[in-house]
Amino acid sequence: MLLIITTTRRPATNLGWLLHKHPGKCQSFELPFGKAHVCYPEATEERCTAALILDIDPVGLVRIQGGPSGQNWSLEQYVNDRPYVASSFLSVAISRVFGTAISGICKGKQEVADAALPLQVKLAAVPCRGGEAFLRALFEPLGYTVAAHRHTLDEKFPEWGESSYYTVELAGTVRLSDLLSHLYVLIPVLDDDKHYWVGEAEVEKLLRHGEGWLADHPAKEQIARRYLMHRHNLTREALARLADEDAPDPEAEVRSRAREEEEVEKTLNLNEQRLGAVLAALRASGARRVLDLGCGEGKLLQSLVKDKSITEVVGLDASVRALEIAQRRLKLDRLAPAVRERLKLLHGALTYRDKRLAGFDAAAVVEVIEHLDPPRLAAFERMLFEFAKPATVVLTTPNIEYNAKFENMPAGKLRHKDHRFEWTRAEFRAWAEGVAGRFGYSVRFLPVGTEDPTLGAPTQMAVFSRS
Amino acid sequence: MTIGIPELFLVVLIGPSGSGKSTFARKHFKPTEVLSSDFCRGLVSDNENDQTATNDAFAVLHFVAGKRLASGRLVVIDATNVQSESRKPLVQLARDYHAIPVAVVLNIPEKVCYERNAGRTDRSFGPHVIRQQARQMHRSLKTLRREGFRHVFVLDSIEDMDAAVIERKPLWNNRKEDHGPFDVIGDVHGCYEELEKLLAQLGYEKQPVDGGATVWRHPAGRKAVFLGDIFDRGPRVLDTYRLVRDMVAAGSALCVPGNHDVKLLRKLGGKNVQITHGLERTLAEVEAVPEVERATLQEGMRTFIDGLISHYVLDDGKLVVAHAGMREELQGRGSAKVREFALYGETTGETDEFGLPVRCDWAAEYRGKAMVIYGHTPTPEAEWVNRTINIDTGCVFGGKLTALRYPERELVSVPAAHTYCEPAKPFIPEGGQAPALSAQQALDDVLDIEDVIGKRIIPTRLHHTVTIREENAAAALEVMSRFAANPKWLIYLPPTMSPCETTGLPGLLEHPAEAFAHFRNQGIPRTVCEQKHMGSRAVVVVCRNEDAARKRFGVAGEGIGACYTRTGRHFFPEKGHAVQGEFLGRIQKALTASGLWEEFKTDWFCLDCELMPWSAKAQALLEQQYAAVGAAARAALPEVVAALEQAAARSEGGAGLLESFRKRAEMAAQYVRAYQEYCWPVKSVTDLKLAPFHIMASDSGVHIDRDHVWHMETLARLCHTDEELLLATPYKVVDVTDEASQAEGIRWWEELTGRGGEGMVVKPFDFVARGTKGLVQPAVKCRGKEYLRIIYGPEYDATENLERLRSRGLSGKRSLALREFALGIEALERFVRHEPLRRVHECVFGVLALESEPVDPRL
Repeated sequence: MLLIITTTRRPATNLGWLLHKHPGKCQSFELPFGKAHVCYPEATEERCTAALILDIDPVGLVRIQGGPSGQNWSLEQYVNDRPYVASSFLSVAISRVFGTAISGICKGKQEVADAALPLQVKLAAVPCRGGEAFLRALFEPLGYTVAAHRHTLDEKFPEWGESSYYTVELAGTVRLSDLLSHLYVLIPVLDDDKHYWVGEAEVEKLLRHGEGWLADHPAKEQIARRYLMHRHNLTREALARLADEDAPDPEAEVRSRAREEEEVEKTLNLNEQRLGAVLAALRASGARRVLDLGCGEGKLLQSLVKDKSITEVVGLDASVRALEIAQRRLKLDRLAPAVRERLKLLHGALTYRDKRLAGFDAAAVVEVIEHLDPPRLAAFERMLFEFAKPATVVLTTPNIEYNAKFENMPAGKLRHKDHRFEWTRAEFRAWAEGVAGRFGYSVRFLPVGTEDPTLGAPTQMAVFSRS
Repeated sequence: MTIGIPELFLVVLIGPSGSGKSTFARKHFKPTEVLSSDFCRGLVSDNENDQTATNDAFAVLHFVAGKRLASGRLVVIDATNVQSESRKPLVQLARDYHAIPVAVVLNIPEKVCYERNAGRTDRSFGPHVIRQQARQMHRSLKTLRREGFRHVFVLDSIEDMDAAVIERKPLWNNRKEDHGPFDVIGDVHGCYEELEKLLAQLGYEKQPVDGGATVWRHPAGRKAVFLGDIFDRGPRVLDTYRLVRDMVAAGSALCVPGNHDVKLLRKLGGKNVQITHGLERTLAEVEAVPEVERATLQEGMRTFIDGLISHYVLDDGKLVVAHAGMREELQGRGSAKVREFALYGETTGETDEFGLPVRCDWAAEYRGKAMVIYGHTPTPEAEWVNRTINIDTGCVFGGKLTALRYPERELVSVPAAHTYCEPAKPFIPEGGQAPALSAQQALDDVLDIEDVIGKRIIPTRLHHTVTIREENAAAALEVMSRFAANPKWLIYLPPTMSPCETTGLPGLLEHPAEAFAHFRNQGIPRTVCEQKHMGSRAVVVVCRNEDAARKRFGVAGEGIGACYTRTGRHFFPEKGHAVQGEFLGRIQKALTASGLWEEFKTDWFCLDCELMPWSAKAQALLEQQYAAVGAAARAALPEVVAALEQAAARSEGGAGLLESFRKRAEMAAQYVRAYQEYCWPVKSVTDLKLAPFHIMASDSGVHIDRDHVWHMETLARLCHTDEELLLATPYKVVDVTDEASQAEGIRWWEELTGRGGEGMVVKPFDFVARGTKGLVQPAVKCRGKEYLRIIYGPEYDATENLERLRSRGLSGKRSLALREFALGIEALERFVRHEPLRRVHECVFGVLALESEPVDPRL
């Protein structure tokens, strides 16, 4: 909510000229979401400081219809940090109140505007999602020295830890218009949120305010991604246009592509191998009508629907949101009727008996059971093996023993926040054999992913066949 | 001619064009009962005579006829129907819905038909068409019965048609006007001694009748209902037969046939049947009768069995009795399939290891409103499943003879004196041990998704019906299936609570005067004000021991109860199961120490509580939102104030601004203090505080018939036995028609909130109160000035903010609160009545759905 800019280049009061705001006054400006005030805590020959204070109307945020809507922060909350932080609201205020300064124009003193000045900046409070390291990674390459003070969440409860808010001080010798542009772009990047809808126009803004510095910034991918609210197509467009402006560096491009591949492969491998193994097991069973229980966003469905030997595919998930994504990913509304008829998405749950699931040849249950509370497993077992009773069930779950191989995973932690349990191979085997015995199935086990001689494979798979 | 038309018939009028079908139909039936092909042609093509639309028209006609038959309504088909292929689908339709097809043939001279048609401007076909139709009709007359029409009425002249009278009568199985009370008795199979004992135990007496004989009657006029299988297997088949026959004749009993009885009838009718499964005993007894009497006896048996009706619908449709049970869609209907079901039930077509047919578990699927009492398959104990009960407890196999008293739902049994017959399959499990869960509980292990998704309309006792939109149900499904506790524990979810109207008093948003006025304005004179604890709403279900948990809740291996949140989540996550165990153990001990188990004659309680501290459950919310906002405000505001102080010292116009930001800094500090009040670290159970405020239910009922003072006082006794964990809630009774009493209530509120308390909850004195506008809010909250910073933001009480916050809509939240209240209570009442879990879950799921943000489930 506060931006303080200080200069020590004499005569320091030139700052008033540059900002186009009189150092002798305290002025207020109306903004769509409240007010901005500009005042000068000090204004002498040696040192001049201007303060931009954001005065957001906290009740207005909630009450005004068609008002802003953030993504990470729901602005429908009365209890909200927005009035107190430096966020996209502050960027808007900078561009509205210091519009002339940010454009680098100064009537009568253009040479001052064009000159790099010793400038100090103080910002409070800055939500740094990514911590001080990220803050430094953003500003240090631009030539600033950075000082940051992190605030604790609550002094009375030190055990709650640190907050993500910092008081940030920057110092550097730069043109004022460049400084304001840097702040305009990087404040919402630190916050990783915007109070308005991000569309095509946002790419233009980024490129305009990033002109001359963003293309060379080592963190430009992250900046673009966060500034454009992680919208892939916009980020891609912005980065492509930034690269065009740049002198092309083919080597660098190859390097970055290789890095990308590495990244992708790491995740690709296990995921892809798992889907491959499941698909193979389903094919081996000769199933023609297949269920994907807990289909999520539809990765397996995509492969299943491509397989001509499978005549009917039904994906079920408890999350309507996931099903919507699956629907989009599978382009359901654009499929030819003949293909469309083979595929159906159902909203349902794994702990309720469901007549719609009866009569299938096979069911895939990929990385699902670990999301159920152990006491609810009994309902799942009956729902699947007693009522739906497909001839074949292909089921996968993580092998907790293998977690020791993941470098950045603390001991005792599970692979996902929502995992209610992860099993050792022996535990999985005992469970699966128990189920098979109770419901008249036979079961065999297969490792998925590269097997470790002592810890086993990262994923374990059981294939049940009805006897 | 009198044409007898019982309910549930499909009447097919047959006659050529111009024979007067429509006129006949208009005269004898309601317009909505008649479906005319001409009308349907008009519906689909705008032209009643457009023959090209015939196929579509009949599709509509069959569809509508099906819907009417499904809901048990008479249908009259007004079409020529002269060809067998046009009648065939109608007969099939009647079969599909277990209605009886009847043909009424209008056999009018061709000349008349032709003249009538000639007089109509909208029909232009020549005499040859009518001639052909008449010929087809005459040909049909011989085949109608063969086609499946149960009754055929032929009206041979205009005079016949004019003289015809339609008489409507109930179906034979409809005895809805018979309200009993009844004593329904399971398969007797000739166990005469046990039957006499049972009748005596039920209060029946042998009364003399003419001719020195006696008959069993109940002095209070109760009626026995025999579920069939009177004959075969047992020691005194003929005595049993005579007893039952005489009671039926005397009107003191009803009897439906069993499969054994019907097989005997076929034998008596000279059919070649296998003499197995105990038929040989009946025949032996008949053989032993002196020859002179034998023929009369056999004739009597034939008449008796032949006269039995497959099943009865009794007591306004609330009770159905049949030998082998009856699916909902077959109840009160008449068809071969219905009779078949009544006698044999349904089988899968497979046989088990004992060579017996594997039965379909129709009762597990049963969703009907009527109670179904049946027998047929011997079972060690009579058990309820979805409003059905099988009371064949295998007397002849050495079990017992059981009766169910209706409407009392009491079971009365007489043990078998001997094992008269060895069953093919042992029906008492080896070792004589009862299964861990009842049949209903085992069934309830898995709920059916059909019972929760889609648009649902739930009738509640307290507040009409509550509609759950499909979009809300979809949202709730995810929460319920992924996060909620075992549905068997979830017998109640609490309603949301609305605040009182806003006050105009300076600096305040809420004040008790408005809460008092809220109740007074609806005609409620007295309220109970309870201190509002700032924690998290918690429902505690606790049993006396694990055995009680298994018996009453059907949960094994999950401890003695559960403590869950407003959205049905476990308070203590899986890893904290030991904490939950210790926590519930403390409550269980307190219940023992306070003597409440005995006082309530119960092994379980459901308590509505607040669990503190707030930070115990809301830690994530505190870190991400409440403390975060405080941290941001405390980081930023002092810097702003410092800048403004400097600026104000050296320039003009900043003084007002400085003052305003100083105030904001102070408000931020107050906000932090406000939430800090409700936080403290929890390292073990002893750091928790539980404040129970409602004893929702126990085995002795749902305690909403007791007022809030009773709840407070009873719970205070509980709390005093463990003051470390349990907190008795301070309360005050306020007479809202009395100034002094209200002033006292206000003073108390000021004192509570002045100490940093959240505020208070104002409830009508009675748990369920009805006022001028119907059901009254079960509670209204009135929160303190400082506490509201946590709700409306640190700076809510700045004048310009307060002004705007005063206008807030409450009607949505209040309507929601009433619906959720009614559903929550409905859930408990159903649980206490021992209804199947799906009926309880439906209501609990409904509360969760109402609380969920809707999602669009259509894909």
